[in-house]
Formats: sequence, C-alpha cells, structure tokens
Amino acid sequence: MPGYSDPGFDTLALHAGASPDPATGARATPIHLTTSFVFESSDHAASLFNLERGGHVYSRISNPTNAVLEQRVAALEGGVGAIATASGQAALHLAIATLMGAGSHIVASTALYGGSQNLLHYTLSRFGIETTFVKPGDIDGWRAAIRPNTKLLFGETVGNPGLDVLDIPTVSSIAHAAGVPLLVDSTLTSPWLIRPFEHGADLVYHSATKFLSGHGTVIGGVLVDGGSFDWDGSGRFPELTQPYDGFHSMVFTEESTVGAFLLRARREGLRDFGACMSPHTAWLILQGIETLPLRMERHMRNTQKVVEFLAAQPFVARVGHPLLESHPSHALAQKLLPRGAGSVFSFDLKGNREQGKKFIETLKVFSHLANVGDCRSLVIHPASTTHFRMTDEALAGAGITQGTIRLSIGLEDADDLIDDLKRALKAAEKAGA
Amino acid sequence: MMLIEVNGAPTYCYTGGKPFDAARPTVVFIHGVLNDHSVWALQSRYMANHGWNVLAIDLPGHCRSGGDAPATVEQGADFIAALLDAAGVQRAALVGHSWGSLIAMEAAARLKDRISHLVLVGTAFPMKVSPALIEASLNEPEKALRMVNVFSRSTLAPPPSALGPGTWVYSAGMALGRKVLRSNPAVNVFHRGFVACDSYAGGEAAMAQMTCPVLFALGAQDQMTHPKAAQGLIQAARAAGRDVRIAHLPVGHNQMTEAPEETLFALRDFLGRG
Repeated sequence: MPGYSDPGFDTLALHAGASPDPATGARATPIHLTTSFVFESSDHAASLFNLERGGHVYSRISNPTNAVLEQRVAALEGGVGAIATASGQAALHLAIATLMGAGSHIVASTALYGGSQNLLHYTLSRFGIETTFVKPGDIDGWRAAIRPNTKLLFGETVGNPGLDVLDIPTVSSIAHAAGVPLLVDSTLTSPWLIRPFEHGADLVYHSATKFLSGHGTVIGGVLVDGGSFDWDGSGRFPELTQPYDGFHSMVFTEESTVGAFLLRARREGLRDFGACMSPHTAWLILQGIETLPLRMERHMRNTQKVVEFLAAQPFVARVGHPLLESHPSHALAQKLLPRGAGSVFSFDLKGNREQGKKFIETLKVFSHLANVGDCRSLVIHPASTTHFRMTDEALAGAGITQGTIRLSIGLEDADDLIDDLKRALKAAEKAGA
Repeated sequence: MMLIEVNGAPTYCYTGGKPFDAARPTVVFIHGVLNDHSVWALQSRYMANHGWNVLAIDLPGHCRSGGDAPATVEQGADFIAALLDAAGVQRAALVGHSWGSLIAMEAAARLKDRISHLVLVGTAFPMKVSPALIEASLNEPEKALRMVNVFSRSTLAPPPSALGPGTWVYSAGMALGRKVLRSNPAVNVFHRGFVACDSYAGGEAAMAQMTCPVLFALGAQDQMTHPKAAQGLIQAARAAGRDVRIAHLPVGHNQMTEAPEETLFALRDFLGRG
C-alpha cells in the first residue's frame, strides 16, 4: 500500500499487519492453529534459531496470526513492535522480568489495577524486586523515590478506579533524567484516546481483554516498545547491553538499535516463562480492533451522558470522571486526553454498604461482573472485589471507599443506561429509608 | 562486534556474532542516510554464519562510530578504503543501501581489484533529493523523517523482519532515524547525507573504473530510488563490460526489512559466485 501520507488510525485498525493470504486469497486474517512450522532444510532451521532469517519456529515464541495482532497494535500505538501475551498481567510481568531481577526496584503509581498492585506489592517482593508506591500526581514523590537500583517507573494512563490521569510528559522526564524507562498501562484508554509514546512513555501494555477485544470474550495482553529509550546510555541494563549467554551471547542493543527490549522479551521471556497467546485469541482480538475507533467514539458519547446524569443526582455524593471540573485531573485530561478519559469510572453513593448492594442488584442492563471495556455496560463494587486485598489505608490512597461503585459504560442506547441507573438509585435510596 | 580505529576515530563494525577470521572472505555492509548497521541485521548475521567475515559498519559520525560524518560520497569512499586498510582486509565485497550504495560504488571504482563484488540495494543515479526534502531535513527533521518513511514504505503488512515477528517497520524506521540524528549533536547527519547524495556526480564514471561484478537489488515499488533511476547506471556498467545482475524485489525502499528473504537470497546467490 504505497502512499504519500501516513495511513490514518482507522485504516491502520483494519489493515496494519494484514494482507490477503498469499496461499488462499483469504481476506480476513487466517487463524494459524499450529504449534510448529516446517523447516525447509537443516540450514533454514539453524538460521531461524540463530536469528539470521525471519520466520516462525514454535507458537510459544511467535505465530503468524499473533504477528498480525502485534503489528497492528504496534502501528496503532506508534511502537517499533509488540508481543502478544496470555493476559495483560502476563504483559506486565514480561516487561518487568525482561528488565530486572532480584535486587531491583520499581517506582509505581498508587492508582493501579488491583492485580498489578498485588503483583508488585506481594508477589514480586518474594522474588527480590521491591516497589515504592507514589501517588500519580505527586511529582516530587516520583523523583524522590528513584534509587540507584531503580529499573522502571510504572503507572496507568488513567488510574484505576479514580481516573487520576498520569502526567506522562512530566513523569517520563523524571524517569529519563535518571536513566530509567517509563512503562504505562494504557488498557483503559486504548490508543484511540491516547498514544503514550507521543508523550514520552517508553513501554506500553494493554490488557487486550478490555477495549482492544471489546466484546468480553477472551483474555489477552500486548506489550509494545516505543524504541526510543537509550538502554546503552542509561547504564542500568546489562540485560540488554551485555552478552547474554542464554541466547547466542547476543548483545541485544547491538543487534537492534531500536528493538533490543523486544528481542530479549521474546527470546527469553516468552521462551522461558511461556505466557504466550493462543492464535485463536489473537484472531478474536483482531476482530475487536477492526471496530475500535467506532466503539470508542460511542463509549465516549455514552459516558458523557451518564456522567452528566449521575452528577445531577442528589443521592450521588461524587462522580469521579475527569469530564467534570471538580475532578483533580480535569485540566490534565483536557490536555492529554482530548477525546475523553475513558468510559470506566467510579462514583460514590450517599448511602451505606447495604444501599450500595441494593443499587447493584437492582440494575438490569448493567451486568455485575469483574471486567471492564466490554461492549456491554458493567458494574462492580471495588472494595469487595477487585481491590479486596487492600487495607483501608491503601484503598484511601487509591481513592476508593466502601461506597464506591465502578461502572464500565458500554455501547447500549444511552437512554436505557440512564433509565437503569435511575431505577437503581431510587431503589437504593428507598433501602435506606 | 569490532571497534576499528580508522583515521584516528573508532569505527563500529557489527560482525554478526562471529569473530573476524582472516582466512574468510570479507563483506562490508554500508547503510544509507539516517540509518546504521542494524538495518542489515538479518542479512549480515546470515552471511557471518555462512562463511564470511562481516563488517556491518556505522558510518563515521553515526551512532556508535566516532569521526566526522562524510560530507560527500567521495569522502565516504575514502573512508571505506581506510577501513579495509585498518582492518587488514586486502579484498572485500561491498554492499550498500541508498546513500551507502553510492559510497560502495565510488569505493569500488577507487579500489578496483580489491573489491570482489558490488551490491547496490535501492540505488539511483543521479540520486537527486528534492530541495523541499533537503530543506526539511535541516530545519524540520521530524517532518522530513516522516516523509522519507512514507516514501520508503510499500506495504502495511511486512513479513517477519529484523526484530522478529510483530515488528512495525514504519515506526521502527522513525525510531531509528531519531536515534541516529540524536547520536551526532555536532552535525545534522540527515541533511549532510542528503546533500551528499544529491551532489554526487561520479556514478557513470565509477562504473567504468571498477572491475568487479555488480548486483542491482531494486525495489519495484521504490519511491525513494525508483528502479527507472538505476537504468543509466545499469547501462553504464554493461557498456563498461561489467558482469551485471539485477534482482527485482517486490517492495519499496525498505528492501532489507520489507523483503528480508528476497534481499538475502539475491545477496547470497551473488556473493556465492566466485
């Protein structure tokens, strides 16, 4: 597809990485459900193993269907490449495990998905990797938390569930001044709302389970490298700048000036930890991405209507969406997220725990479940589910109370969503009478 | 890798993961404007593991190499001659892409029998660069880099390439260009390289002076160096009695990453000839 201008986002969402199958002419991307790929000769086999020729060997390392997904997400994010993983958590783990080992340190936002918080706070500490948590808006805190052994700064584009917008330009500047990369979880925004590399992030990952897939059908993740971080100049990453005995004594930064991180992540992390994606899953996520621009536009339109409705209800104490001037990230969201700050947000009822329960159980259109980013509207009570392992203090740090309700606004008619919420609010209010 | 002192400055040479062995034939890979050795990752690594000494260089003043970036094709050719002397290589094959193809061609003319094979990937003569692009490379390098990337691309679905499956060649080109530009704070190597391409006038004379066989590896959809723009060189080479081979690759100007296999096969088969 030669052309004189950059392909637009919507075109890339449909075409990046995919062309009609040369063997069959199939226009849709085929699902290559095969573990392995036949070598043409012994020399071909050796060349593939030694990275002398491009191609696929074994589907844990790479697969043609997955490669289309990887190219497509990399294209949408503006990255040099991507790796599809078994889940968003697998993508986060792959990023961390590629960059560091025992004795390393991470500085992370307090406003994280509960699973990420668990990984950093409990699980990785067991493997000798420590994390210091900093409120996303505490700029001095980010700077002060960096140590000589810090290997990564990490936050979410909009923190779950308070929608604290990460000041990526400022935090990435702090990271780069210290020779440390910034990893951003962009799950809740998708590249349609923000492309973190354009603001200074170095690595981006998604739980593709959410908006990229968009239909609540599969679990998957994608890790993307912007290709801009100076691993050699940093001096903190012998994993990438020194010979690696585990793979042909390769020095990844010499092998690839812009793709060293992805090379090691695929050749070590996918190979050894094995958290790869099924080609069938990759295909389903590709189907989702093809309509990502259309869906995100509708998600944003519906969200605006629901936020405006909730903000006007006397039984609602607070609506936590940056659309509202009262939100602490309102100004930053207008700057970094002009198309909207996502369709997942929380609000607080003026009621007790029982009234919150009544509210959720009265909803009919909203589904009560532990997911976000579905085409259907969803609801959950974070304190008793996604964030239940956190102490009250940690909950408060993440902007969550016992009465917080989290919504994920879907693609239904906005009037139906508002009617559903109206009925549930009325029932909850009555339950307290 | 090897760091070879050339003209008093260190020259980075990627060797494809193999140590230099004087008993083997040598092939030198020369990159184009705002590129470095890594654009040859697959082809250079393959040749290194199939009987060749590989010196995939970063040109002076680019990325890992010190020294002053060549301001003309002739200066680049002088550097190649000095590199071979410094490395103790009596005879070598030269493989160049775009600007690197002009440097390789001029070096082959000067070094005559010391060059065993010449491979010109994505070449043209004259290699004129539009005044707007030259101006943008100096004053709006990000805009110029974007233009070059768009003109260089021929597909939205490149095959598995140097970084492995999942590589997005377009952004990789942008990221590499930015890094190469940043690597030399003293000189805008983007602008300098384009001016060198645009001003080179010795192509046809070079074809008459060299003595080695020549492979033209041309991208059928190349908008940076259109295949038609290589016809004059091909005719000059034939007129001078050179052994000329032509490989038509089904891609644009990113031959090594958009058609890594076809580029490798053309190179391998040509270099495999005595």
